[in-house]
Formats: sequence, structure tokens, C-alpha cells
Amino acid sequence: MMIVENLRSLGHRIVNTVWRIGYASRFFMLILLYSGTSFRRFHLIIKEIFASGVMSLIIILVAGLFVGMVLGLQGYETLKRYGSESALGTLVALSLVRELGPVLAALLFASRAGSAMTAEIGLMKATEQISAMAMMAINPMARLVAPRFWAGVISVPLLTALFSVMGVFGGYMVGVVLIGVDQGSFWSQMQAGVDFRYDIVNGMIKSFVFGVAVTVIALFEGYDAPPTAEGVSGATTRTVVQSSLAILFLDFILTAFMFQGE
Amino acid sequence: MKRTTLDLWVGLFVVAGFAALTVLALKVGNMSTYNTSETYQLQAYFSNIGGLKPQASIKSSGVLIGRVAQISLDSKRYEAKVTMTIDKRYPFPKDTFANILTSGLLGEQYIGLIPGGDEEFLKAGDEIKQTQSAVVLEDLISKFLYSKAEDSK
Repeated sequence: MMIVENLRSLGHRIVNTVWRIGYASRFFMLILLYSGTSFRRFHLIIKEIFASGVMSLIIILVAGLFVGMVLGLQGYETLKRYGSESALGTLVALSLVRELGPVLAALLFASRAGSAMTAEIGLMKATEQISAMAMMAINPMARLVAPRFWAGVISVPLLTALFSVMGVFGGYMVGVVLIGVDQGSFWSQMQAGVDFRYDIVNGMIKSFVFGVAVTVIALFEGYDAPPTAEGVSGATTRTVVQSSLAILFLDFILTAFMFQGE
Repeated sequence: MKRTTLDLWVGLFVVAGFAALTVLALKVGNMSTYNTSETYQLQAYFSNIGGLKPQASIKSSGVLIGRVAQISLDSKRYEAKVTMTIDKRYPFPKDTFANILTSGLLGEQYIGLIPGGDEEFLKAGDEIKQTQSAVVLEDLISKFLYSKAEDSK
């Protein structure tokens, strides 16, 4: 009997997951469908960019600076063994622009702004503000969800670019100012090693995809949260866990596509 | 619609973001060294290109003058056909010599052009006739070993 019971619960979980994936896909299509309405009222998007993008600036800038400084130190330690400290600039810039910038900025965005989005929407649903809006013939998808989605999609690439620049600056501070790697070779090797289309544009494409993934997960979890205190807290946790996993998984897929090597 | 302080912050954020992108493109990346419009293409055949890759640099007297656009195997001659994109500011005489060189002992490979003394210049699409293949380290070592063996006979 125990086996039947376990099988049943397993099947229930699988069917439930597939169900939720289908619901989330429909949710994503609805967001895109109502985007036109929210673009006509751009001030809503501006307000959400302030809440998610501008308020994440400090954590992104500080994190970028320290990640770059650590890269400078660790890279120097390793490169010194081969006598190629001059390649420090390439190492710092390439690892930031290709991988660390998009991934870390998106992870920070998911935990700083994504969780807030979920909690906000979930609590609105729990206190029946969303139903009240629908009663007044205001579409909650167009008024609440789509502006937050576009704010996230616009903010994440910009935050990523800022993260990478701060990281390069941090690497420069440690490598050139503190340790004393030659400044000329630091910048010239970096410029020779980093290709605009291949490295920078691909990194930006990555961060765009991460922005879409993080905001859709955060908004969906909030919209789908059970209208209780426990339900909202659970949804917030799931947002951070799922979007982190989604970012790392998508990063692998995108990297495999983009940098398969000639 | 009134302007608010919120707009100012969002504006600052967007401007900073785009400034960061510009810094990435110009200072970190190689946008500033690209001259996409004013280039011409040359071809060269090598019997062995070693580890040469597309986007490898082309230098003359150590100055970066272009990049490798394309590498393919010519099925008629069974030689590697390398298409090079070279800055239009630098014309080269007809008897220019193309070498595949290595920067440092184990560094990346690039093409070095040594100009000859011909009066006429190479035009777009022309072929560089005189080439020298990449030095493959294994070949060098085996040649050295064989010559040693010959000597000791």
C-alpha cells in the first residue's frame, strides 16, 4: 500500500509541475499581449524601473567592484607563475563580460528585486487588491504585471553593463594601482583580447535572456501565490531558488550556443 | 503629465547604463581599433596554417593592419586558403611575402606581411603568391632528431 501511496504522490507532483509550467507559459503570453497597453502609459514602467533598477544600483556597483578586485588578485597570483601578468586585463575583462557580469548581476537582481516583486504581487492578491482592480474593469495584467516585466527586462542589461564596468575598474585598481602591473599592457591586451560582437554583445544577449527569465518567474510566483501569509513567503522563497537555478541553467545553454569554439 | 524626481533618477540610471555600455565597447572591447568600412581583402595559400584562427591579427613590422576573415581548404590545390581583411590605408606591393608567425614561444599565431620592392600594388581580391607556412614544433623536433641520427652514423 505504501508503494501505491508514494507513486500516487509522485505522479501528482509531476502532473502539478507540468500544469504550472503550462500556466506560466500562458501567463508569459498574456504579459506580451498586454505590453502594448503598458507601453502607452510609460510612466508606470518608469516607476517600476525606479523600484527595481535604480534601487538595485548600490548592491550591483559594490558587488561588481569587489568581484573585479578579487579577479585582479587571484588572476595576478595565477598569471605570475607563467610570467604573463600583462594578460591580467584580458582575464578580468573577459571573465566579467562573458560570464560573471551577466550571471552575478542577474542573481543579485533576482534576490534584490525579484523577491520584492513576488512579495508585492502576492500580497496584493492576498488582500484582494487584484480582484478589486478587475472589478473596476482595470486589467491587472496590463496595469500591474506588464510594467514590472518590462522594467525588469530593461534594467537587467543596464545593471549588467554597470557591473562589468565596475568590475574592470576594480581589477584595474588592484592590478595596476596596488600591485603595479603595467598600465599600458593592461589596457592594450584587454582591448586586443575582447571582441565587441563576440564577447560584449553575447554577454548583453545573455543578460537580456536572464532579465526575461527572472521577472517572469518572480511575477508568476507572485500571481500564483496562495493568498495567505505562508503562501506569500513560500512564493518569495521559490522565486529566489527557481530564478537562480534558471539563470545558471540558461547560462550553460547560452554559453554552449555562443562560445562553442572554432 | 508632470516631471518628477523619480524621472530624474530613472534617467540617470539609463544614462549610466548606456555610458557603461559605451565604455565596454570603446575602452574594454576593440570597437575603437576596428575600421570596418575602409578595408580590402587579399588571399593567400599556405600548405600548413598551424594554429591560425579566424580573427587572428595581421601585422606588418609589428603594426596591426588587419584581421583574418576566413580560412578554408581549397579542394583543388589541397592547401589552406586564408582570406585577409586589410586596412585600406596600407597598400602592399605585388611581391609581398606572407608568413605565419607566433607571438612569443607559445603565444597565438598571426600573419606577418613583409613588403617587397615591386612598383605595382596588390588590388582587392588579389592573391599573395609568396607564403611561408606555420612552423610546427613537432616537425622541427623530428627534423632535429633525424639529423642527429644521420650525424651519429
